[in-house]
Amino acid sequence: MKILSKLPALLVLADGTVYKGTAIGKIGTTAGELCFNTGLTGYQEVFTDPSYYKQILISTNVHVGNYGTQNQEVESDGIKIAGLVCKSFSDVFSRHSANLSLQDYFIENNLTGIADIDTRELVRHIRDKGAMNAIISSEILDVAELQKQLSLVPSMEGLELSSQVSTLEAFTRGDENSKYKVALLDFGVKNNISRCLVARDCFVKIFPARTTLKEMLAFKPDGFMLSNGPGDPATMDYAIATVKEILTTEIPVFGICLGHQLLAQACGIHTYKMHCGHRGLNHPILNLATGLSEITSQNHGFSVVANDVINSSLVSITHVNLNDETIEGISVNNKKAFSVQYHPEAFPGPHDSRYLFDDFIAMMRS
Amino acid sequence: MPKDKSIKSVLIIGSGPIIIGQACEFDYAGSQASRSLREEGIEVTLINSNPATIMTDKVTADHIYLLPLTVQSIEQILNEQKIDCVLPTMGGQTALNLCKEAEEIGLWKKYNVRIIGVDIKAIDTTENRELFRQLMHTLEIPVPQSKTANSFLEGKEFAQEIGFPIVIRPSFTLGGTGGGFVKEKKDLDEALNRGLKASPIHEVLVEKSVWGWKEYELELLRDNVDNIAVICTIENFDPMGIHTGDSITVAPSMTLSDTAFQNMRNLAIRMMRNIGNFAGGCNVQFSMNPETEEIYAIEINPRVSRSSALASKATGYPIAKISAKLAIGYNLSELKNQITKTTSAFFEPSIDYVIVKIPRWNFDKFKGADRTLGLQMKSVGEVMAIGRTFIEALQKACQSLEIGRDGLGADGKQKRKLEEIVEGLENPSWNRLFLIKDALSLGVPINTVHKITKVDLWFLNQIHKLVALEQDLRRYNLNNLPEDLFWELKKHGYSDVQIAYILGNCTEDEVYEKRKVLGITRTYKMVDTCAAEFPSETNYFYSTYESSAL
Repeated sequence: MKILSKLPALLVLADGTVYKGTAIGKIGTTAGELCFNTGLTGYQEVFTDPSYYKQILISTNVHVGNYGTQNQEVESDGIKIAGLVCKSFSDVFSRHSANLSLQDYFIENNLTGIADIDTRELVRHIRDKGAMNAIISSEILDVAELQKQLSLVPSMEGLELSSQVSTLEAFTRGDENSKYKVALLDFGVKNNISRCLVARDCFVKIFPARTTLKEMLAFKPDGFMLSNGPGDPATMDYAIATVKEILTTEIPVFGICLGHQLLAQACGIHTYKMHCGHRGLNHPILNLATGLSEITSQNHGFSVVANDVINSSLVSITHVNLNDETIEGISVNNKKAFSVQYHPEAFPGPHDSRYLFDDFIAMMRS
Repeated sequence: MPKDKSIKSVLIIGSGPIIIGQACEFDYAGSQASRSLREEGIEVTLINSNPATIMTDKVTADHIYLLPLTVQSIEQILNEQKIDCVLPTMGGQTALNLCKEAEEIGLWKKYNVRIIGVDIKAIDTTENRELFRQLMHTLEIPVPQSKTANSFLEGKEFAQEIGFPIVIRPSFTLGGTGGGFVKEKKDLDEALNRGLKASPIHEVLVEKSVWGWKEYELELLRDNVDNIAVICTIENFDPMGIHTGDSITVAPSMTLSDTAFQNMRNLAIRMMRNIGNFAGGCNVQFSMNPETEEIYAIEINPRVSRSSALASKATGYPIAKISAKLAIGYNLSELKNQITKTTSAFFEPSIDYVIVKIPRWNFDKFKGADRTLGLQMKSVGEVMAIGRTFIEALQKACQSLEIGRDGLGADGKQKRKLEEIVEGLENPSWNRLFLIKDALSLGVPINTVHKITKVDLWFLNQIHKLVALEQDLRRYNLNNLPEDLFWELKKHGYSDVQIAYILGNCTEDEVYEKRKVLGITRTYKMVDTCAAEFPSETNYFYSTYESSAL
């Protein structure tokens, strides 16, 4: 054990705050928007979630890496976060089905991170000051140089990122003889959305973000799924236009996270950048139709403007957040179209909201 | 559903004497519940036979009855007070049993008293092993295979069918007398005969043993409309085979993937929704095959328990207080998080520190008692430590035990005889944790210790980090100890006494003074239920060592 041979690394925030820690993953430099996730399990699923593209993740859970990594618990083809900040990083693991330590997985995926940071102090800082950009480096230990590089990193607000993580070619999941055909617009989709649909007898075709309605209609879908993804929904004119067209077809639509924001935008509702977002596995939601509540998996930095929804004649509120009363779900009046801000597919997170997929199936059936 | 306004007066049943296997946690639950109900303007009457509790302090309840926990006492109270409802979920199994007894003789009906927090069906299903097993089969929830046998031949046949190891549990004996593990076939005949003989009705339960499997506990809350939240997940450091009450436990779980955890969460929810009606705290225990991640349900308790007191202190979430509110009709979504005061009580706490509980035994007071740990709980209390890492919490817990140790080893009290150490690893007693460290210090490979103890390799690796750190230190003395290594030691939970011992030629005071000069001092962090996501108001803090921003 070489406690002293841990290599140093620096974390520099846009407001000038500097932390010294130790290097994890690949020796290098990485920048992005700093955000925190409060989940206690499921780090590999989180790291591979494309919605985290261009974001440096702070894990509030103390120990990261304890159960290693394996091939099944991934939400895309590799790591999507820009960097990791954590307290205690474990390069040993005990899980039988794991085949790689988190350290080796980071190396394989070219990810740079920093450990031994007072993550609680850092989270309190972000909670008070709001989300901001940051840079991690284990190769440049000069704060001034890092600040210079950091100043070149664009703000998340106004950034269109979906087209960078969306699939380039359409592909399918499931059995083509399934009962339902779902056209999934990939804005940075998590694998488990397709898995949840396939498990409910759907044949899913995943289309690139900029696919036209005409191309998707050629697949003869019974329903449209608008996926999650990274970036600012207000910049995605192309996607908003497509969703507007989809709504004219009367084919059922289900939106998740970014897909929810796009459905809202298509109905004239604005979105805004939140102070520090919702990221974790413990967010309480009230379903206004049933009066029942659910614990949800969340990952979003933008939200729909509550007043726009309240004043809208086109949509109704279906779900609200019990912590801060933000809008968590809407349905389009007189249409078979609905969406939620959170992640019913979970992975990681509770399965309380899986019923939404059943609701979607029921819409396609009727 | 908001508060049931027809409830004006509630009787809370206490847990009676503090005995081994049922410590003072119910005192904590009972007094929290009482305060919670009085907050709602409800008149609270308490019965407990144990005067040495906070619960029976005059300020806790409106009427306090220090009476034996019998149906006669209950009837006396019902004659003297106008009671609308009885809350039996705050006094452990003792209170549930008394509630059931009173129900059977029609006492509650006679005085028009409603049972709240739980119904008789839930008490029955969870208390009766056979009913529980049948329900689990109906719900398709895996449980260890088992069968009752009334003859030697019957028992032997079944044992051979399911394979070893097995557990033999004689029916109707107190505290597991006559039962035990059978690891190999050669020991079966004797164990089976002993079990059958011990049972007054010549009956034993032959059960597939999950010895060595990983053990987890989920602490949950459920309300009247079936909202369910996991408040805390507790992982046992000591695998199946040692009673949870005698196990070192850790929160949050350290080695559990999200897939396995959600699997457990789903099973727990399915169990809670099907055992009967209850609103309040619930504890569900699982064992998990470390290789296949196959999960077995072990038991479910629809009441606050030893571990819900731990979970409350571990997360900051007041389980008993909220349970009492749920019992009188509130839904989780209608209540506020008592710590943040602004967010919802319906959520699953996230923690950014680690909790370690170590049981405290008092074998010295029981001369001649069998000191080996097993299926029967033997501890008399416990310590709980909070640290920013597992190892810091573990060392703090060791320092708090008041057994004359300065931490996990590095205090001159290490054992050095390998045979003695291995013997202690094989036959666990109060000191197994210390022996694990000693074994690793002597160079016993981590895998060997794992094979003997089945303690998860991740935990053993963490302890091994201490061994390596101490070896690293040998080249230094207090004068040339690098500052960052000094920080490492404090972050790993070493006390100044331990550091003086490792470095040699210096005293605890000298280590302390040097530390002060270097500015290596404690910082304090809040236990806020939400990992700092929301501002909170609480006076609950723990100390740790952290390096702030530059």
